[in-house]
Amino acid sequence: MTSFADTAALPKNYLNERWSVRSWLLTTDHKRIALLYFASITMFFFIGGFAATLIRLHLVVPSGGLLQPDTYNRMFTMHGVVMVWFFLIPSIPATLGNFLVPLMIGARDLAFPRINLASWYVFNVSGAMVLLALFMGGIDSGWTFYTPLSTTYTNGYVTLALLAVFINGFSTLMTALNFVVTVHKMRAPGMSWFRLPLFIWALYATSIVMLLATPVLAMTVLLVALERMAGVGIFDPALGGDPLLFQHMFWFYSHPAVYIMILPAMGVISEVIPCFARKPVFGYAGMTYALMAIAVIGFLVWGHHMFTAGISVFSAVVFSLMSFLVAVPSAIKVFNWTATLHKGRISFQAPMLYALGFIGLFTVGGLTGLIVATAALDIHLQDTYFVIAHFHYVMVGGAVSAFFAGLHYWWPKITGRLYHEIWAQIAAGLMFLGFNLTFFPQFILGYLGMPRRYYTYAPEWQVWNVLSSAGASILAVAYLMPLFYLSWSLFRAERAAPNPWRATGLEWQTTSPPAEDNFSRTPTVTEGPYEYNSSTGGCVAQNGALYE
Amino acid sequence: MWIPLWPASSAISGNVINALFTAELVVCVLILALVFGLIWVFCIRYRHSTTVDRGHPSQRSWVFEIGWTSATLVAFLVLFVWGANAYVWLYEPPRADLELYVVGKQWMWEIEHPGGQREINALHVPNGKIVRLVMASQDVIHSFFIPAFRMKHDVVPGQLETMWFQPTQTGTYRLECTEFCGTEHAHMTGEVIVMTPAAYAEWLSNQGADKTLAAQGEQLFRNYGCSGCHGVNSTVHAPSLVGLYGSLVHLNDGTTVRADERYIRDSILLPRSQVVAGFAPVMPSFSGQISEADTLKILAYIQSLNPSGNAP
Amino acid sequence: MRILRPATQFATIAQQGEVAHLGIWVFLATEIMFFGALIFTYVTYRHLHPVDFAAAAAHTELWCGTVNAVLLLTSSLTMVLGIDACTAGRRRIAVRWLAATILLGLGFLGVKSYEYVADYHEQVVPALNFIFRHGEHPPAELFWVFYFIATLLHAVHMTIGLGLVLYMTYRVCRGDFTRFYRAPLEVVGLYWSFVDTVWIFLFPMLYLNGRS
Repeated sequence: MTSFADTAALPKNYLNERWSVRSWLLTTDHKRIALLYFASITMFFFIGGFAATLIRLHLVVPSGGLLQPDTYNRMFTMHGVVMVWFFLIPSIPATLGNFLVPLMIGARDLAFPRINLASWYVFNVSGAMVLLALFMGGIDSGWTFYTPLSTTYTNGYVTLALLAVFINGFSTLMTALNFVVTVHKMRAPGMSWFRLPLFIWALYATSIVMLLATPVLAMTVLLVALERMAGVGIFDPALGGDPLLFQHMFWFYSHPAVYIMILPAMGVISEVIPCFARKPVFGYAGMTYALMAIAVIGFLVWGHHMFTAGISVFSAVVFSLMSFLVAVPSAIKVFNWTATLHKGRISFQAPMLYALGFIGLFTVGGLTGLIVATAALDIHLQDTYFVIAHFHYVMVGGAVSAFFAGLHYWWPKITGRLYHEIWAQIAAGLMFLGFNLTFFPQFILGYLGMPRRYYTYAPEWQVWNVLSSAGASILAVAYLMPLFYLSWSLFRAERAAPNPWRATGLEWQTTSPPAEDNFSRTPTVTEGPYEYNSSTGGCVAQNGALYE
Repeated sequence: MWIPLWPASSAISGNVINALFTAELVVCVLILALVFGLIWVFCIRYRHSTTVDRGHPSQRSWVFEIGWTSATLVAFLVLFVWGANAYVWLYEPPRADLELYVVGKQWMWEIEHPGGQREINALHVPNGKIVRLVMASQDVIHSFFIPAFRMKHDVVPGQLETMWFQPTQTGTYRLECTEFCGTEHAHMTGEVIVMTPAAYAEWLSNQGADKTLAAQGEQLFRNYGCSGCHGVNSTVHAPSLVGLYGSLVHLNDGTTVRADERYIRDSILLPRSQVVAGFAPVMPSFSGQISEADTLKILAYIQSLNPSGNAP
Repeated sequence: MRILRPATQFATIAQQGEVAHLGIWVFLATEIMFFGALIFTYVTYRHLHPVDFAAAAAHTELWCGTVNAVLLLTSSLTMVLGIDACTAGRRRIAVRWLAATILLGLGFLGVKSYEYVADYHEQVVPALNFIFRHGEHPPAELFWVFYFIATLLHAVHMTIGLGLVLYMTYRVCRGDFTRFYRAPLEVVGLYWSFVDTVWIFLFPMLYLNGRS
């Protein structure tokens, strides 16, 4: 068993090099900033999860009764706002991305370390503002802030929440700027574009989307906030304003936002599957093109949120076509991951279990996305539980599963400790089970006609709601378990070798945890990113190191 | 035929949507089975302890990649065309047998029949007839949803929306608001009661409505001073409203529009946005002065000024 | 002579300069999307209410907008001349050109402040002091809402830019930049040019509306 005394005797790494609080709060080390972000988003995950727990408890009974109507409305608004902007969007990029981007490309740090630190502080300022709004009375407009409900008819702290989202956008932009410039200009010698790991490609594509979409959201929420504060009618029909214009501008950001959430997840999966199948990813070039295609086409589909809103039939048809097209590169990725397994040498540690779960759940989410992309079907399904089930399959079944996959995969590198494998596998299995039980009944509820955002519902729908809530309780356990065994591992577990998974990335060619400046000497890259050999189980790392 | 979990549908639109949904469900299940099946097979066959042949694994294969990309693309395009076709058919209203007016407000639906009968949170319609709804919102965005008909349309303040359906079976069906509209959004529900045409006619005559919508609209037309400029004996140079509804109007910027419900409503509330060619932009705006319900009555009156009395 | 050392994450000072350049261009792309969204909204409403917007725009102070356009365009010129002089190693001339840039920028803000006061007296400030003139409809107020949001946002960006130019002037004085490395100065120059470009869009959009 190790103790703190042993820790001090270890070689210097980014964790034990400096101990003071100041050295953490004023750090410019991308690895420490990643951990700071990890603390913040974990807190928000549990706040958003708490809101979800209350919602599912309330919906066990058709007449409600656990919460007052206004409170219920504030709960689902809080759940959406917190989960989208304060958990999902920063989760993989700001934690795993911040930690790994310099390591994976052989750099010492990101291009702008101080901007990186500033982005964490800006994130926390926006987080404090949104928490203030929530605890002072909450917001009751839905996370989509449709006008004129959000401008003229709500009596919650909508303005404060909108300004929080505005400021949160700056944090996103800073991170994205850092990633784009770093990947362009700071790759180690030999690391050409087509030798980059797919996780880097995924974060690069994500960053492009963040940079182009977030400013539009910033302007949109600013206009709504100004409308509320000054009493002027920008989206108010009485003053010649157009509520649909708000929807267009909001969704122009918010649809690419969902690709901001899923592209990094796809990047994680593309790292985990080759490693645990001991085989290069199938169709590397196709995978990079698919990532970029999703990023680009993702900007052209926003109108599919407005099929029933009164847009012209012609534009609806165009948006439907684009929505079908954006599914093609996603399908390519699913097929390529599956093909990677063929003739592999597959083992089933927790990261792999989460990754395989991702493929299944993301495929269900993506296919049901086709159903709602069909404009005619969306007439029936829009604003029902079918849509809720669809996006939770991709965002939670997809992005959150991938986040856990990446967390477990890189845990030894980040902390220098090995987590307890059996507990992790149990948690992964419970999560898959609990998730499906929670959200599959919601597809049925949706087709039956249960609308979203209803605090009370018709009694004949109770059985599905009860099943869903039961699943949610299992899911809650599965999310809490890592909190325990991962924390435990920090103090009690075995120390990790530099490359416990025998993986090929540059991040595995340095100590676990890494030293403050990452590499003792800048690595030179001589190999592609996934030189695994499934016949022998060995591999060649990107710097040429051989693993039998 | 009873299908487990399948909700009944009772309108023509329902049949269209059911068929399309079933087809897409089948496609989804097939693709899912393929992916799941392959993953299971590979994970079992190629798990690390087995000694199967792993020689010459493929790292890329243009044949496969182009193959599954094309197959996916073709399948998706077929579904898209089918769905787009259906969408156009569903959202472009045909010539209606009956036109009803709906006003959504926090948190109820107000329905008016042309004969002046009013209902709250209920909609009586005759079976087998094409019913067209002209909808307005008094405050925020609502959405008029009839799950059994598989039809909905958002009701956005500041513009008129239309929706149509043709019931195929008598009965009572749920009506719901499906755009979050505030505290009692979950209680903005009601019933759609489909009756035989004879029963519907009887129901209409029992409602005790005194004036038709058009007659009420004519009263408002005079009260608000519209007849001062648009009336027969007016000396002010203003466009005539007789035969206006549904006709083509030439605007002063050179474009031509059809005088549908939206045009008429915008002319009342935002008169300077579309000025008729040959006329000065002197009409005052009635924005904020006339409620949505009254606007619909005036609309009904203007519609009745057509010589044939029908929408073209 | 100062020895320039790159920050620890960079291998060479040249790499540091390249990174700074790419960084500012990426940042400007986000600014284009930000102002672009506002301009798009304005254009949409102008298309929906052409008569009302043109009538409202007739009350903008055309001479203020024009003088400001001239001041700002000239300041972009002086900024570039300053960077040129710095590149040539002529520190004193560079400082003079940068000072001219700051003066022109302050002139812009001065004219803008005067204009805002004049607008207040004209009673075209929504939410604070606004009246509808005879025959004007609600979209007229919408025009003024956009006018103030756009010009205020632009003024905020200008003020930040002025601060940056001031800081760069100080650094040039101190001798931080040579012909080998002057990336921070060029970065600020690009930002300043962007602020100028935004005005080139706002000026015709707001002031020349209906005045052709």
